[in-house]
Amino acid sequence: MIFELTPSQTVGPYFAIGLPWDVGPDAVPVDTPGAIRIRGTVYDGEGTPVPDFLLETWQADPEGRFADMHEYGGRSQLEGFRGFARYGLEDGDGRFEIVTIKPGPVQGLSGATQAPHIAVSLFARGMLNRVITRIYFADEAQANAADPVLASVPADRRATLLAQPVAGGYAIDLRIQGEGETVFFSV
Amino acid sequence: MTDQLENEAQAEREIYDPISETPTSYVREPEGAHPPMDYPGYKSTSLRHPRQPLIYLPQTITEVTGPQLTAERIVGEYDNDLTRQHTGEPIGERITVTGRVFDTEGKPLRGTLVEVWQANAAGRYLHRWDRWPAPLDPNFSGAGRCVTDDEGRYSFTTIKPGPYPWGNHYNAWRPAHIHFSLMGRAFAQRLVTQMYFPGDPFFPYDPIFNSVADERARERMISTFSIHDTQPNWAAAYYFDIYLRGPGATPFEEAF
Repeated sequence: MIFELTPSQTVGPYFAIGLPWDVGPDAVPVDTPGAIRIRGTVYDGEGTPVPDFLLETWQADPEGRFADMHEYGGRSQLEGFRGFARYGLEDGDGRFEIVTIKPGPVQGLSGATQAPHIAVSLFARGMLNRVITRIYFADEAQANAADPVLASVPADRRATLLAQPVAGGYAIDLRIQGEGETVFFSV
Repeated sequence: MTDQLENEAQAEREIYDPISETPTSYVREPEGAHPPMDYPGYKSTSLRHPRQPLIYLPQTITEVTGPQLTAERIVGEYDNDLTRQHTGEPIGERITVTGRVFDTEGKPLRGTLVEVWQANAAGRYLHRWDRWPAPLDPNFSGAGRCVTDDEGRYSFTTIKPGPYPWGNHYNAWRPAHIHFSLMGRAFAQRLVTQMYFPGDPFFPYDPIFNSVADERARERMISTFSIHDTQPNWAAAYYFDIYLRGPGATPFEEAF
């Protein structure tokens, strides 16, 4: 590292004037065949829903390919697939909902395939940097059992990363602190 | 080829070009490079920081790739000129804020999305939760976007934001600042920060600015005034370069 990093600062309470946009929460167009909704609530250390967070997700398509300028594993061929969702509506009830398509297993190197997963960044007032987590899918038991990242998480905390199937998609809550605290990663 | 085909081919090249310069891992961020998540001087951190230690995530394809948002987020001609988004001009000190986005190896990041948001000249945000008694400006929304050019350069025209009070402690004021959001090229490079102005008298009293413990690191968040780039009879110029983490030493960490 020749140059030093620019430090992070909080998004503060007013990011909604600049960052959200109409189809931001849609990682795929809503009419994409197989589109699902992933919803949940973000809680603080007292179990109170956080009214002012910004949530971003990044993921592969069902073939395990990314909609990206890079070409690891080949660029996604799924029409309209952005693979990125940004939710920051500040409705005040702590809930989020994104529209996406379930990712496929992602190619690893050295033979280790990753279970289907979604990378998540969470920003908020009171957070001086983002926190990073992943969403896995509870109905992918076999793939999850073989996933090297999940294997690195203490068994009693893995459930915090698992989205549960619900009508129309999946549900997962994020707990920033305290009982049932979501597993956060350093990347 | 028709013009349209030519344009499409050019667009394809622009999208795919960066492959050759794409790292397969990024340096881990050293301890103290960013402020701590638990910082008692900034009260809202108390219930909003994880208590459990972070778990080391080896960078995989997921973390070294990232979204291409540029075309979708740049919707208007004046997205990078916050003084021309309404019928009239906003009140305040007209400034330009320009700079370059680099990685920590000094390599410019081209084609990356830069988003900004800020208070108006009176220190008021156009946001329903900002209720302090300073005037809103009907000619100022306070949000902008642009994409870096081939040299990693971005450019905004705006008005200088005012400082404003907040409820963190008695007589708490935020130094004037502009929020910056950087997508970088990869999920691993994502950064949100704030740009400050040189010589702000509120610096010593602001826990958010001072949450960065190292003085030199704090200085990297302060823009530089430039008389050379100041446009006569028009706008004062400030520079702000941004450094996102650069390539790591090893291709894909560990067994991934």
